[in-house]
Order: sequence, then structure tokens, then C-alpha cells
Amino acid sequence: MSDLLLQVESLTKAFRRQGAKGAGVRAVAGVSLTLRRGETLGLVGESGCGKSTLSRLILSLLDPDAGMVSIDGIDFINSSGRTKREMRRRIQIVFQDALSSLNPRMTVGTNIAEPMRLQGLGTAASRRAEAQRLLGVVGLRPEHEDRYPHEFSGGQCQRIAIARALILKPEIIVFDEAVSALDVSIRAQILRLILDLQAMFGLSYVFVSHDLGVIKRICDRVAVMYMGQIVEIGPTDVVCREPRHPYTAALLSAIPIADPRRMRVADLGQIEGDTVGEAKPGSCAFEPRCPRRFEPCDKAVPALIDVAPDHSAACYLNSPGILRGTL
Amino acid sequence: MSTPATLAVSNLCTRFGGSSTGATVVDGVTFTLQPGRTTALVGESGCGKSVTALSLMRLIEPPGHIVSGSVTLDGRDLLTLDEREMEQVRGARIGMVFQDPLTSLNPALSIGGQIVETLQAHQPMSRAQAERKAIELLARVGVANPEQRIHDFPHHFSGGMRQRVLIAAAISCSPSVIIADEPTTALDVTVQAKILRLLHDLQRDMGAALLLITHDLGVVAAMADEVLVMYAGRIVERADVDTLFHNPRHPYTKALLACVAGIEDDRRTPLEPIGGSAPDLRNPPPACRFAPRCPSAHDICRRQDQTLRSVSPDHEAACVLVETELSLV
Amino acid sequence: MSSLPVSARAGHSELASAAPAPLEDPRSGARFWRLKSFARDRGALVSGLFLLAVVLAVVFAPLIADYRPDEADNLARYKPIGTPGHILGTDQQGRDMLARLLFGGRVSLLVGVVPTLVAGAIGLGLGLTAGFIRGLVDQIIMRCLDVVFAFPMVLLAIAIAGSMRPGVLTEILAITIVLIPYFARLARTATEGVTPMPFIEAARAAGGAPMTIMVRYVLPNVFSPVIVYATTLMGLMIVVGSGLSFLGLGVQPPTADWGAMVAEGRVVLRRAPHVTILPGCAILVVSLAFNFLGDGVRDALDPRTIRR
Repeated sequence: MSDLLLQVESLTKAFRRQGAKGAGVRAVAGVSLTLRRGETLGLVGESGCGKSTLSRLILSLLDPDAGMVSIDGIDFINSSGRTKREMRRRIQIVFQDALSSLNPRMTVGTNIAEPMRLQGLGTAASRRAEAQRLLGVVGLRPEHEDRYPHEFSGGQCQRIAIARALILKPEIIVFDEAVSALDVSIRAQILRLILDLQAMFGLSYVFVSHDLGVIKRICDRVAVMYMGQIVEIGPTDVVCREPRHPYTAALLSAIPIADPRRMRVADLGQIEGDTVGEAKPGSCAFEPRCPRRFEPCDKAVPALIDVAPDHSAACYLNSPGILRGTL
Repeated sequence: MSTPATLAVSNLCTRFGGSSTGATVVDGVTFTLQPGRTTALVGESGCGKSVTALSLMRLIEPPGHIVSGSVTLDGRDLLTLDEREMEQVRGARIGMVFQDPLTSLNPALSIGGQIVETLQAHQPMSRAQAERKAIELLARVGVANPEQRIHDFPHHFSGGMRQRVLIAAAISCSPSVIIADEPTTALDVTVQAKILRLLHDLQRDMGAALLLITHDLGVVAAMADEVLVMYAGRIVERADVDTLFHNPRHPYTKALLACVAGIEDDRRTPLEPIGGSAPDLRNPPPACRFAPRCPSAHDICRRQDQTLRSVSPDHEAACVLVETELSLV
Repeated sequence: MSSLPVSARAGHSELASAAPAPLEDPRSGARFWRLKSFARDRGALVSGLFLLAVVLAVVFAPLIADYRPDEADNLARYKPIGTPGHILGTDQQGRDMLARLLFGGRVSLLVGVVPTLVAGAIGLGLGLTAGFIRGLVDQIIMRCLDVVFAFPMVLLAIAIAGSMRPGVLTEILAITIVLIPYFARLARTATEGVTPMPFIEAARAAGGAPMTIMVRYVLPNVFSPVIVYATTLMGLMIVVGSGLSFLGLGVQPPTADWGAMVAEGRVVLRRAPHVTILPGCAILVVSLAFNFLGDGVRDALDPRTIRR
């Protein structure tokens, strides 16, 4: 069994406005990444960077324009109906808005058991038993299986959604901003639950978030996205300590730290401009706003350059000449 | 503080619902806002901080109503004013910035139109004068090409830009108090940094008092001079920002900080969630409201209600431990 | 929630987020709670019982009425309400009002209820399919329906009915055809609202086939507006049906329906107002009852209205 559980290669997806001609806006522009067994990969970026689209593509909820997703070496996106359906058991998703990710007209127990039912697994009794068991696993009371989602709080709904994601015994779970809408204390509870479950079941996670703080806490590696591309990817503590892309650096410096001695408002990093419109073709997407832009930046799109064995960044500042200081 | 307070809130109580079935969502809240200072009101959802802000502006509608208390601005108790007088206060003396710029702006009116509307409602101005002022305001909040952009509509702007427009409207009549309710929660972190910097600069230039309501302790650490921690409708701790983060005395504050630290810092700090959940305000715990979840709860906490006690002249915490810890010193 | 004023919204979140799931009362059976909440809705309950009584009355009309509805009696014309032997009076031809109401009710109820339900079901199916599958299928369905939309509802019903042999079946058919596009459009819009929701995505991620998702997930969430709309229309269709009869395209006199009775009674409004008022009231009360019943059914089907 290979160490590489999930492989994404050159995924691209563009959205066209209805009736518009031309290529459309590329929400995801040639993204490649890998997820190793047992690891947590963070996907961080601000709104519009394409991380949500990317997570939909990985789960094959959207069809890409180009690229490939494989689980354990087997092509997922292009597989046939039945194979694909079975492969879906291996990867599940937890959404940001817990309440609307549950069917309001089904009881919580039914909601949790649905994936089994949709896959044609088990009997009504066995599904019910499994749903009750999972309610306990996520810290809720199994007797509440016949209550409806709206009767629970946000944090509890998220636990229910997690229980549902677990019922098919997946190997990979994608968390799409799963804790962003929760209060700090509930967020801590859910994060703890997520970590415990990972240890319990040997799961691998893709954790999508705009919150670098949370990513730092639970992700082994992190990929930073900007305008549809990965601009930096590497071990979380390394990337956060020594970012090799100006956008990563800017993102890190803009995060307020909960300590007035270390950071006051005047210390918050500022980037010029807004993310509006599309990147200029044939140049680095961040170039218009980059405080360190220089000569090659608007001539060609930088590829991900290795700066260390497991760490790469798409920035010309990392090219060998620059690093050596000869240019 | 020897400077007179801009806004003084005393024992504010706001209730939703009937006398037997409702909940007192704001329960005896007292604080003051000083000119040129930023006061942060921090707590989690359901603690009553937004309702407090709305109560200050008398924007509470049935089934909610303000039960008691006083809100003194410029020597007048706002709770005793009639609606017409209150309308002159809102927007002119108190400016408010809400969380979601998308729903706070009228999608059918141009940006310029909305600012002009605010200006003309409070100051005698011709439309031309008001438009000139609107352009000035947009420039001041950092909108490029304001002369052209005043004709644009809200959906032409990004989230950060819309928030700037809201801030422009809020400061248009040079209020002495600005209330910002989760102004950056819906924004990206890089945009948030800019909006916070903007609020800070504006406040400093205008000498206004800023009441910043948020659940984000990072924002509090960056912006606040003084911090009020709210839990279950009550203020449980009040301190200047450095003291709050480095010498908190209320167990809820300590737990919250530990939570955040556990989330934000590297993996060495353990995740320490607070067990349980916030109390149902329809049936709050009889004594200290945090007692059911408090790691240091004593017997007395469940029997007797805890009021704010002084730890030092500028630091209060509603916890019996304040006394016991002091007595150990 | 967006229709509530800001302050109420804020207050509601304080209350809602403060309450954890209740710990007592793990009674089984979600259905138990739905029936219970329906029973608590007094308006719906009363309406339901009332309509049941009306249906029974018109079904057993021959047993209840002492006369036939078309039995004219020249000696007993214009009798007012309360006349012994004719408890609801008689009309200008001496026909017993009670009998006419009961027998006429058969037609009116049929014409009010059947087309609405049938058009509702067909429209729901079409709208659901169009809204869920989108693309070419959506275009084909909606453009075909647009053709029907182009005509004013009543005129089109008249045209359709006019091209067939007059009778109750004609009325029903005409009204059904004319109503389908309205239901389809409603269902389609509701489907478009539900389809992007995360719980649908979750079902797809779990491997649900599109058909299963459409029927098991989207359909139950699209029911509500359709039910409410259907019950709103029932009273209206009774009137439309009467219009058709009035023009001679539906039931023929002397067979009555309530609408026809209202029309006939106009001429004698001054002398014997009850001839018009009685059937008019019947239409009004039955329409109201359908409305309340519909609201009750909608609420009973929606778990979010359950109060423990």
C-alpha cells in the first residue's frame, strides 16, 4: 500500500457566465497536490482563491475541465458509475454550515445513516444501530437519534455531520471551513474531536480554512492558495515560520495575535489593493499587489520551485540565482 | 479617568419575551465609553453583546424591550427620549457599523445616495453640498476615485469596500460615539487588517469613543484600550487590554484565552476546550452563571450570585476567587 | 429569518444558541410528534373536520335531502329560510335550496379539488424535473409550458372546454390543463432553492443516484409551497368551474353547482337574497376551510414546527 493516499494533478476548472463567450474565470488553475496516509493537509486562502471549488473537485461533486484525482492510485473522477460510487465510500466531506448540511425533514439518526442507505449497505436495523453508535462516538446521546437537526445547536449539528461523514468508514475526510462558523470554545471542542477521531480511526484529512491559526494547530502540511493556484506548500511550522512566498508572508502578518504585547493594530500587515478581476495571463497572479515584485514577475507565471525537500513556493525570489545573491 | 465619559451605561436590562417565558438577555450591564478610547465588548454568540449595542441605539423591537437602566450621552438619558429625538441621535451623535455590509446597504440606492441621505437627515445641506461631503468621506475611508464611485451600487463593490462605505456613512456627521458590531467578521483577514487600521485612524483623528463588539480575541488585542468580557448577559470582567490578556481573573476569561491559545499557537499547547455550553437564558443558573462549567467552582458559587469586584482601580472581575486570591497575597 | 427586524434576530440567536438539545423525553416516533402538532393546530383540525362533514353531506345527499335538486314546485316559490319542510328555503322555481346545495356541492367540490390535485401532482413532477436536471430538459419543459402561460387562464379553460362535449369531466380536464404550468413554475423555483443546499451535496458525495436524491431529498422539501398553493386555488377553481357551467360548457342546467346557483340567484337578489347568499357562503366557507387545512398539513409535514 503506497503512502500516497490522494493524488491531485493539474486540476483546472473555469466558470463561464451564462451565455458569455470565451474561456471564463478560472476558479482553479492547474492545482496539483498529494495527501499522505494519516496526515492532515491544510488548504488556506482568502475568499475567491478557489479552495472551495477545489474541495468540490476532489470529491467529484464538480467536473473539472482538465486534470486528475486518484485515490490510492485509482482514477476517481473518470471512473465508471459503479466504481465511482464505491470509491465515494473512501472520501467524505464536512461542510461549513452544519445545519444546512443536514436534511431538515429527516431525523438526525436518518441523516447519519443516509450514506449507508444510498450505497445500499446494511439493513434498516443495522443502519440505525450504526447511527446510534456514531452519535455516541461524536459526543452526543444516542437516544436523540429521532430528533430533528433544527433542535440542536451549531456545534452539535457539526458533530452530527461528522458522524454522517464517518458512517461509510472513509479513509479521507475533507473539512470545508468546518469550524469557521463556530464560537471559539465550541471550535476548540470540535477540533479536539476531529483530532481524536483521526487517532481512533487512522483517518487522513484535507482541512480547508481561511484561518491560518486553526491550520497551524492541526495540519501537518499546508498549501496556500491565491487566485486558483497553489503559491506555497510545505510543512506547516516551516511555512509559518519562514514563508517563501510574499503572499504567505502577508497573510501571516495580517493575522491578529491574541496578545497586545506582540501585536497592536499598527503592526497588522497590510497588502495593497484587493483581489478583483482575473490575473493577467502570462504573469504571476500576485504581482500587482506584491511588495517584492521585480523584473521577471510579469513576464511568465512562476512554477512551484522547491526550496527544501518537502517545501516549494511559486515565486521567482526563490530561483537559485536570487537565493545565492548573485542577481 | 478624570475626563468625563462620552457615554455612560448604567444597569441596562433588556428582555425578550414575556415575564414567565422570556429571557433577560442583557442583565444589569454597566460601563462607560471615554473619548478617544476603544472599548471592546467581547463574548461568544448568545452572550448578549449585540443586543447591548442595539439597546444603546434603542433599536430593540418587540418581543424585546428595555426593562431598566440608563444610557447617558451628553448629559441626556437616551432611554427617556421619544422616537423623534432618538432619530436625531442615531447617525449624528452615535454612528453604527454593522457586521454584514451586504444586507446593511440598500441594494437599490447608489452608494452616494445612501451617504447623502444620512447627511441630509441630520444636517441642513443642499444636495450638492452633501454630495461633495460624501466624496470627501469616501476618500477619507480609502475608496479610490470617489467622484466616480459615488454613482455605483453596492453590488459593484467588494466586501471590504462595502464596509468602508458603511464606515463613511457612520462617521459622516462626526459622531462622538462609534459602535462597530463585528465589523470585520465577514471579511478576509487581509481586508480585516485594513479595515481595523482604518477604524483606528479615524477614531484617533475624530477623538470619538469606539465601542468594538467582537468574538475575536485577536481583534481585541490589536484594537482595544479597555476590554469588557460578557457571559450569559452579564459583564464578568473589565480591565485594560494588557491586564486582561496577561492577568485575567475571571475563570471564563482564563478559559477563553486558553482556548484561543490552544487553537492559535503551535501544536505544543494542548487544546483546552471549555466543557458544556452556555446556559439557557430562559432558565439561567441561580447564582454564578458560569459555575456549571467552571473548573474552579466552589460551593458558594452555586448559592450566591457574584458581582463585579475590584482587583485594582481599573480591573474588576465577577468572581469570588478575586477575594480569596487577594487574601492569599 | 431575514424578515425579522435586526434586534429580534439578535435576540433569537441568543435564545436559540443558548438551549442545548433537551435531555428529557426520548419518546420514539417522529410521526407521533407530527400528528400531535397537527392536532394542536386548532384551525386546521376544525377545518379538516368541517370539510369531512361537508364531503359526507354531499355524498349522502340523497339521504339528507327530502327533495330532488331539480324538483320544481310552483306553489313553493321564493320560500325564505326556516320554512317548515324547506329548511333553507326555495329558489325562484320552488326548488329546495338544501337539496340544491348538497347535490350542487358534489360538482363544485369535484371541480375544485380534483383538477387542483391532479395539476399539482403533474406540475410538481414537471417542475421538479426541470429544476433538478436543468439544461435542455429544463428548457424543453418550461418553453412548452410557456405556450400555455401565454393565454389568460380562464379564457384558455373556456377554449379547451368549448372544444369538447359539455360536462363535468370537460370542466375538470380543462381546469387541470390550465393549472399545470402554474404549479410547474412554482415547483421549479422551489427546486432551484433547495438543490444548491449542502445537504444535497452531502448526499451526492455519499454516492446517491440523481433520481434517488431528487425524490428522497428534494421532493419533500418542495412539497410545502405546492400544498399551500393548491389549497389556495381550490376555492378559486370552484368559481372558475362555475364560470364554465354558466357558459354552458360544463354541467348543464338544471344540474347545479354552487357557482351556477350564485349566477342564477342574481336575478332574484332583491326578492329572495338567500338564493344567492347560500351558495356564495358555501363557496367562501369551503375555500377558507381548504386554506386552513392546507396550512395545517404543510406545518405538520415540516419538522421545524414541532414543539415538544
